[in-house]
Amino acid sequence: MNALVSEKELEPAGSSEPVAREELLRVDNVSLSFGGVKAITDISFDILKGEIRAIIGPNGAGKTSMLNVINGFYHPQHGTITWQGKVRRKMKPYEAASQGIARTFQNVALFKGMTTLDNIMSGRSLKMNKNFFWQLMWRGPAEREEIEHRKKVEDIIDFLEIQAIRKTPVGRLPYGLQKRVELGRALAMEPDLLLLDEPMAGMNLEEKEDMSRFILDVNQEFGTTIALIEHDMGVVMDLSDRVVVLDYGKKIADGAPEEVQANQNVIDAYLGVSH
Amino acid sequence: MLYDIFIDPFVQMYEMPDFFLQVLWEGFVAGILYALIALGFVLIFKASGVFNFAQGIMVVFAGLTLVGLHENGVPAYVALLLTIGVMGVLAYGVERVVMRPLVNQPDIILLMATIGLTYFLIGFGEFVFGGEPKQMITEELGLPTGSTAFEFGERGLVILQHIDIAAAVIAVIMVASLGIFFNKTRIGRALRAVADDHQAALSVGISLNQIWAIVWFAAGLVALATGIMWGARSDVSFALEIVAFKALPVLILGGFTSIPGAIVGGLIIGFGEKIGELYWGGLVGGGIESWLAYIIALIFLLFRPQGLFGERIIERI
Repeated sequence: MNALVSEKELEPAGSSEPVAREELLRVDNVSLSFGGVKAITDISFDILKGEIRAIIGPNGAGKTSMLNVINGFYHPQHGTITWQGKVRRKMKPYEAASQGIARTFQNVALFKGMTTLDNIMSGRSLKMNKNFFWQLMWRGPAEREEIEHRKKVEDIIDFLEIQAIRKTPVGRLPYGLQKRVELGRALAMEPDLLLLDEPMAGMNLEEKEDMSRFILDVNQEFGTTIALIEHDMGVVMDLSDRVVVLDYGKKIADGAPEEVQANQNVIDAYLGVSH
Repeated sequence: MLYDIFIDPFVQMYEMPDFFLQVLWEGFVAGILYALIALGFVLIFKASGVFNFAQGIMVVFAGLTLVGLHENGVPAYVALLLTIGVMGVLAYGVERVVMRPLVNQPDIILLMATIGLTYFLIGFGEFVFGGEPKQMITEELGLPTGSTAFEFGERGLVILQHIDIAAAVIAVIMVASLGIFFNKTRIGRALRAVADDHQAALSVGISLNQIWAIVWFAAGLVALATGIMWGARSDVSFALEIVAFKALPVLILGGFTSIPGAIVGGLIIGFGEKIGELYWGGLVGGGIESWLAYIIALIFLLFRPQGLFGERIIERI
């Protein structure tokens, strides 16, 4: 009975049939090593359209490496990545970006000398394509384009409640706000898949709550699929639909938060049982 | 002695204002030319954090290509277009062969690579165009060559070379358009993004390769303009490469990342150098022009290590 109620809550108002979620990304048997160090060994999992997928694991488990594989920073030696039904070959980060994968970084990677506004505008790079000539003139089409994208960016700024710091160079902002600006830049790309690498690291409780709310809103209002790495278990259990657990570069569990929480392997990994 | 240092020069300035004006003008023109060279350095430094040792030789190379093409019977304007094309090919080649394999290497490695590029261009340039100085095709390009003399005061005379005026105008136009380009356009924003953080730039879909090629091309165009202007005053020869390092004190003054800084720095060095040479140089036997710029820059460094307009160094600890 309880399960039924919660099932209903998840669904959009007016629909009675559960939505069959299709696969957005699938990782098959991916292995990645640096010289003799194996970062990832034979990992497979999928990310469904519209879900929030958490990737957790102790430090050094290979979580960030996994994100780097997905957005093309690293190229795995073995295995394949299927993105929107197509098997991806070796791909560059900007190609991943142009196909709808946006990300944030563990150690905030913003353009520190630029303002909040310019940082978020840079997320629109791929959407703006008036040619070089018009860019040089900064008249006519290029100017109209700039204005149109600026509107989108202002919407994001409103959404993230960072109006006040619009013109501040981000290097001067406190850490929590920098993380928010970084999320804004990723959102400006209107991605199909948003990769968040520890979006709440180093935040206090209030900031964590704000960030959780933004992540949920992004997922529910824009329908953006999200894959996130996070250490705060409370946050992970609250936010995510499904969780994949890595340890020493291997997948040790995959499933709903409650399942994973009860999994003996996961408990061992976190409590440090000797291998 | 004290009289010679602190009083006499100013008395001279007052008594012969036409000469002083002429000195100021010379300083202005020299400053503009330094600024143009510095601009080439700033462009590449902004976008890739690389100090492009090869900027000086690019000036020579661009000038030689232009003159060399014309010598072989190509009409001046066609030669100009072709030279722009050559700078484009050079930019693409540098990105492809030098920059791309060295992505994420320490800056010092990239600096070494540009030094290598310098010697390659020297060798290649000499191989193709020979080592002798060449006359710039100033008239053929439609640049003014005469001079105008203004009467000043009762018997004074100030002479302005038309080519110098043209140099100033062209420099102003280039700086203005680069400024707008960097600050107001998507590509400009992408350039700044790349300069700031390579990985973040990649993650929002900016292609480093494309940006670097554009930047090197822009630096190539600046080099071409510098080559023409400087070549018109002296000759186009490999000696110009050394003059290009006058841009160093300019960069220290203006900051490595600022376009207006390059201009103001250039002017300060230009004025300082000419005035210093003509009014104070005699005290130490003359010839201070060649090192005064560095002294000015060193003194300046003591007070503003980031330069006049450089990005403030903000470090969060």
